[in-house]
Amino acid sequence: MDILQICIVIVVLLLLVKPVGSYVYHVFSNEENRTDKIFGPVEKLLYQIIGLKNRSSMSWKKYALSMIATNIILVAVSYLVLRLMGGLPVNPNQTGNMEASLSFNTVISFMTNTNLQHYSGESGMSYFGQMIVITMMMFTSAASGLVIAIAFIRGVTRRGGGLGNFFEDFVKAHTRLFLPLALIVTLVLVGLQVPQTLDPNVTVNTLGGAVQHIAMGPVASLESIKHLGTNGGGFFGVNSAHPFENPRPLTNVIEILSMWTISASLPYTFGRFAKNRKQGWIIFSAMMVLFLAFLSLTYFSEKSGNPLIHDLGINSTQGSMEGKEVRFGVAQSALFTTVTTAATTGSVNNMHDTLTPLGGLAPLAEMMLNVVFGGKGVGFVNMIMYAILGVFICGLMVGRTPEFLGRKIESREMKLIAIAILAHPLIILAPTAISFMTHLGTDALSNPMYHGLSQSLYEFTSSAANNGSGFEGLGDNTVFWNVSTGLVMLLGRYVSIIALLGVAGSLSRKQPVPETIGTFHTDTKLFGGILVGTVLLIGALTFLPVLVLGPIAEYLTLR
Amino acid sequence: MKTTAKFEEVTHGSIWMTALRSSLLFIVICGIAYPLASTGLAQLFFPHQANGSMVKDASGRIVGSELIGQTFTDPSFFQGRISSIDNDGAGSGSNNYAPSNPELLNRVKESIAQWEKENPEVPVSKLPVDLITNSGSGLDPHITPASADVQIPRISALRHIPEEQLKELVKEHTEGRDLGVFGEKRVNVLQLNLALQALGNNK
Repeated sequence: MDILQICIVIVVLLLLVKPVGSYVYHVFSNEENRTDKIFGPVEKLLYQIIGLKNRSSMSWKKYALSMIATNIILVAVSYLVLRLMGGLPVNPNQTGNMEASLSFNTVISFMTNTNLQHYSGESGMSYFGQMIVITMMMFTSAASGLVIAIAFIRGVTRRGGGLGNFFEDFVKAHTRLFLPLALIVTLVLVGLQVPQTLDPNVTVNTLGGAVQHIAMGPVASLESIKHLGTNGGGFFGVNSAHPFENPRPLTNVIEILSMWTISASLPYTFGRFAKNRKQGWIIFSAMMVLFLAFLSLTYFSEKSGNPLIHDLGINSTQGSMEGKEVRFGVAQSALFTTVTTAATTGSVNNMHDTLTPLGGLAPLAEMMLNVVFGGKGVGFVNMIMYAILGVFICGLMVGRTPEFLGRKIESREMKLIAIAILAHPLIILAPTAISFMTHLGTDALSNPMYHGLSQSLYEFTSSAANNGSGFEGLGDNTVFWNVSTGLVMLLGRYVSIIALLGVAGSLSRKQPVPETIGTFHTDTKLFGGILVGTVLLIGALTFLPVLVLGPIAEYLTLR
Repeated sequence: MKTTAKFEEVTHGSIWMTALRSSLLFIVICGIAYPLASTGLAQLFFPHQANGSMVKDASGRIVGSELIGQTFTDPSFFQGRISSIDNDGAGSGSNNYAPSNPELLNRVKESIAQWEKENPEVPVSKLPVDLITNSGSGLDPHITPASADVQIPRISALRHIPEEQLKELVKEHTEGRDLGVFGEKRVNVLQLNLALQALGNNK
C-alpha cells in the first residue's frame, strides 16, 4: 500500500506536467491565446495602475534591476510592518513587535522564497503580519523566481530582442497563475478542515478536565500559496505537520502536488520555448531519476526504523515514528520530505531533525545539489547550468567548441557558470565551519555528536538553497543565526540569479551555429546520463567529506 | 553591451517608479484582498471547518477540536501519543530528538516502564511504535488502530466493560485511508473517548 500510494502521486504529477507546462508556455510566450479574453482586461487595468506604459523587452541588466528593485521595496515595507505590528490592526491575540535581527532574517527569508522561520507563527506573528507580510511575500517571491526562469529560458532559446519585460511577466505570474490557483486550493483545503478565520484563538475545557488554548487564524489562504509558490513557511511553528495546516492524507497529497507541479512542468515549458520538446523531457527525466533515488533512500531508511528502539524489544514494522504524524505514516512523510527539499519548498509534515541518519541525508543532499526540480524556477535554471557544464566537459573531451541549443559556449558563459556553481558550496561550507569555531554557533545545537554537525550543516544548506526547512531542534533565534543565515539566503538567491541572467543575456546575442554531422545532440538519453553524472560528480566532490562527518557517521554508530 | 533603441525607452528612474507602484499594488492584492476574500468565501461555504472543526460532547459543551490532540492522564481513557508540549494548542512542536540522542532512549525506556505498570497483561513486544514516540506537531489527534487495541484490556478492567464491546467501539471509530489508499488507518482519540464516556461505566 505504501509503494502504491507513492506511485499514484507520481503518476498524477506525470499527467499534469504537459498541460501545466503548456499553460505556463502560453502565459509567457506573449502570443495571443484564449486566456487573454479572461485575464486581458484585468491585466490592462493593473498595467495602468503601476504606470507601465510600454511593455518593451528589457536587456538582462534591466530585467535583473527591475526584479531587485521590486524586492528591495517589498523588503523595506515588510520590515517596517514586522517592527511595528504590535500596534497595527487585525491583531486579536495581541502579538508584540518583532525584534530587529529576527525581522531582518524573516523578511529576507520570505523575499528570497526560503521561508526559514526563526519565529513561531502562533506567538510571534499577528494575523496582520501573516497576511500582509507572509502571505504577500509568498506570492511576490514566487512570481519573482518564476519570471527569472522564464527570462532565462527566453534568453537561451530566442535570438536577440532582450529577455522580456519584467513587470509584465510579474503581473501575469500573479493574475494567470498564482492568484487563481491559490484561491481554488484555499477553498478545497478549507473544505477538508483547514481553518480560515480572523477570530482570536479559542480556549476550551477538555474532556480530560484540562484547559486547552487552540491557536487559529487565516491558515488556508497561507497554506495554499505556501505550496503553490514553493515557499514553505508555516502558519504554525511545526508547519504542515500541524493538524490545522494539514489535517488529512488527502490534504497532504494536495499540498505535495501544489508545490511540485509547476516546478516539474518547467522543463516541458522550456521544451516548448526551445521548439524541442524532447529536450524538455530529457531534462525532466534527469531530475526524476535523481528524485526517485533520494525518495527510495528516505523511504527505506525510515521504514527500517531506529535500531536503538528496536533493541528495547519494540516491534519495528511501523518504521520510525518519532517526529511523524499517525495520519501520514512513513509513506506520506517520506514522500513529502523528498518533494519539499526537491522543489525547495521547505514546508515539513514531519520533523526532519528526527529522521533516521540516511533518511535525513536525502533531503540534505537534494538541497546541496539544488537541481532536482527546484523551487519556482531556480532549480530548473541550475539544471540548465549543469547541462551547459556537461556540454562543456564533453566538448573538452573530444576537442570541439561546446554548443548548447545551437549557441557556442565560450569563456564568458563558463566564467559566470563557475561563479554560480562555486558560490553554492562556499556559502554552505564556510558558515558551517565558522559556526563550529564559536560558542555562538555551537550553543544552539540540541543534539549531541555527529547529529549536531548535521543540524548546523542543514541550516546553512537550507538557507543557501532557499529551501527553508530545518533540523528544528537548533536554537536558531539568536543574533548570530539570524544574521548569518540571512546573509547566506541573500547570496544564495541573488548571486546565482544575476550570474545566470548574465549567461542568458550573453547567449541570446550569439549567432546560431549551423548543425553539422559533428554536433553533439543534447536531446538524447546519452546526454540525460551525462547530465545526471555531472550533477552527482560535482556534488559528491564538493559535499561528500562533510556528509561523512554528519549523517554517515551517525548511521555507522547507530547500526 | 550595445543597447538597441528599444531598450532605451526603459530608464533606471522609471524602473524604480514602476517597481514602487507594483510593490504597493501587490501588497494590497495579495496581502489584503486575497486573504479577506478567502476568509469571506470560507466562512460562507464551510463555517464548521473554517472555524477549527470544534467538537461538542453529549451535553452540547465544546470540548475541543477534532483535529487537535488532548492529553488523557486518567488510565481509564484511551491515551494518545506522547507530546512534549502536553498538547498545548497555543503552540506546537516536539523535542526534535535525533535517533542517536540518548535522551530519546531514556524517554522510551520510561514509557515502556510505565506501560508495564499500567498494562501488565499486554507484553511490550505488542506495543506499537506510535504510542511511545513523540508526534511531529505535539498535537497529533490520532493513534493507529493497533495502539487503541492494546489499551483495551486495561480500560476493560478499569471500566468493567467487556473487551468485545470496546473492540467494536474502536472499529467504529477507525477511519480508513483517504480515498482508500492515501495515508494510514487511524483512530481519533478524542472522539473515541467521547464515545467511551457515553457508554457509561460500571466502576
